Amino acid sequence: MQPFTKLSATAAPLDMINVNTDVIIPKQFLKTVKRTGLGISAFYDIRYDDNGNERPDFVLNKPEYKSAQILITGENFGSGSSREHAPWAILDMGIRCIIAPGFADIFYNNCFKNGILPITLPEDQVTSLMEEAKTNPKNLIEIDLEKQTITRGNTHSYSFDIEPFRKHCLLNGLDDVGLTLQKEASIATFENKINENKPWV
Amino acid sequence: MRAQPRTLYQKIWHDHIIDNSTDDGTCLIYIDRHLVHEVTSPQAFEGLRMQKRKVRCLERTLAVMDHNVPTTDRSLPIEEKDSRIQIETLRNNCKEFGVELFDLTDKRQGVVHIIGPEQGFTLPGMTIVCGDSHTSTHGAFGALAFGIGTSEIEHVLATQTLIQKPGKNMRINVNGKLGTGVTAKDIILHIIGTIGTAGGTGYVIEYAGDTIQSLSMEGRMTICNMSIEAGARAGMIAPDQTTFTYIKGRPKAPKGENLDKAIEYWKTLYTDEGAAFDREISINAEDIPPTVTWGTTPEDVVSITGKVPSPEDFDNPGKQAEVRRMLEYMGLEPGTKIRDIKIDKVFIGSCTNGRIEDLRAVAKIAAGKKVANGVEAMVVPGSGLVKALAEQEGIADILIKAGFEWREAGCSMCLGMNPDQLKPGERCASTSNRNFEGRQGRGGRTHLCSPSMAAAAAITGKLTDVREF
Ligand code: SF4
Repeated sequence: MQPFTKLSATAAPLDMINVNTDVIIPKQFLKTVKRTGLGISAFYDIRYDDNGNERPDFVLNKPEYKSAQILITGENFGSGSSREHAPWAILDMGIRCIIAPGFADIFYNNCFKNGILPITLPEDQVTSLMEEAKTNPKNLIEIDLEKQTITRGNTHSYSFDIEPFRKHCLLNGLDDVGLTLQKEASIATFENKINENKPWV
Repeated sequence: MRAQPRTLYQKIWHDHIIDNSTDDGTCLIYIDRHLVHEVTSPQAFEGLRMQKRKVRCLERTLAVMDHNVPTTDRSLPIEEKDSRIQIETLRNNCKEFGVELFDLTDKRQGVVHIIGPEQGFTLPGMTIVCGDSHTSTHGAFGALAFGIGTSEIEHVLATQTLIQKPGKNMRINVNGKLGTGVTAKDIILHIIGTIGTAGGTGYVIEYAGDTIQSLSMEGRMTICNMSIEAGARAGMIAPDQTTFTYIKGRPKAPKGENLDKAIEYWKTLYTDEGAAFDREISINAEDIPPTVTWGTTPEDVVSITGKVPSPEDFDNPGKQAEVRRMLEYMGLEPGTKIRDIKIDKVFIGSCTNGRIEDLRAVAKIAAGKKVANGVEAMVVPGSGLVKALAEQEGIADILIKAGFEWREAGCSMCLGMNPDQLKPGERCASTSNRNFEGRQGRGGRTHLCSPSMAAAAAITGKLTDVREF
């Protein structure tokens, strides 16, 4: 996994609430057996028309937002299914950070496994960043994970919360499986206990 | 000193902690059961292969193909190449790693959340995961069951554990007698309408109260299944005699002395008197009408006797914008009576409502009647075993005679990864769990409802109040 430390990038405003995983990556693209290559299909139904042409009014099709690495969006982003194809597709489009007033649990969790930083901010701060991204699309937003800050220009700075363990893993690009396997002895002890006390498990 | 009263969730959580030494509350928890299907697992097996890792506990892992499978003749090859590849990939992965698989022609094959309980693989007090958000279904047994992403699937395959933080506790009490024609599906749609699709985010929901206790296991599964539609990763119901009776005699369930010992433990799985919940909600069963959705999120529910709302009925400007968009997508005018909405298709099935009890309810409505002209109604049993039982009970005959299509088991039109899909603009009464835009086919319009309401809609060709049927 690619570590996430600092990001200085433009942001795209996706001004919708409840953007669910079926919108982020529709089912016909779940048939892949790979993790990569999904970016072109991300947001398919709202991004392309019936003939497969880009809809000019969809935010990520607009030239000024095509290279955005930050997505600013409404509440309950990523609701619906557990498909990790959703963060894979978003990452494959080049987005490394999503800012919203709230995320669905599984999606939020899946982001961390793929080096994407989801940031939850109070509604008014998200609205302010969203407006800024709409009016000044070229302005960069700086995200510093170590300091847990979002800075826009020299004036605005917000701080955000993140669980220390997730932060540690993201900063260092750590693979969970490797970390857990270091606890092999405790897992084995736990297993023995189950076999003894709960033989039906 | 008396032990601190605990919730059902806290008891199960506590029993599975391997390591909680980090400061921020992150724990390593043991996973008792892992269900695997073809869509979310290929990249996880690939990860194991690349790192030269094995599946740690084969006996706690069970795989099935369900999302992509055709619901027509199984002896024919699968036409769609990508679907075929995904199915073959699961088959090869299971063979290579030694995982037990219910393959296409196995009569135990079916939707992953139907087969777990059916086999007695799902048991109370367990931690159960699957790369699928509707894993919450298994919480009906008093298990802690939740959906995970593919990276976590790989983690569970390799270590039989997960790194997790405990969720918050919510209890939803439903008390009172359900009205005629009101089912478990109506209860959960009503609950989601009440708390919203993000209302359960961060929580594990326990459903309690005498209405819940009076439900069958099938009904309890319907309720827990849609916890995720309320934003909660897991929903659970304390196990009781109904649960134990359901489990007894199932192929993978404990037997004899082991069963007695298990039941003794399962009986300790309830929320202690005085345990604290972060949020508690009470719902009166008498207030729940037969319910359908009108919009494209599961919180957009309305009584069958109601009308399509207008954007002005909502306060929040974000929601108003969403409502405008939904009305357009759904092709509905505010103020239209729900009972005047005509439908083109009916889908009966899915992990929400594809169990035997659901099919019995459908047969009861359909007996001696005919599916309306121009309506296509499809019944997809949740598993091969449900199908066989329904055939044995004469349900299949009743439905076929009434003009329903009788299919092979799978996810089918719940999400249309196989050929069963809505065409643009087609309107469907569906017993599944998600009415998202494009879910059942691009441009398709979904109205979620109970099996008996879907059956009634098939026969009249419109959304219908099952009480007047
Ligand atoms: S029936 Fe539908 S919701 Fe259930 S597992 Fe299959 S696709 Fe998912």
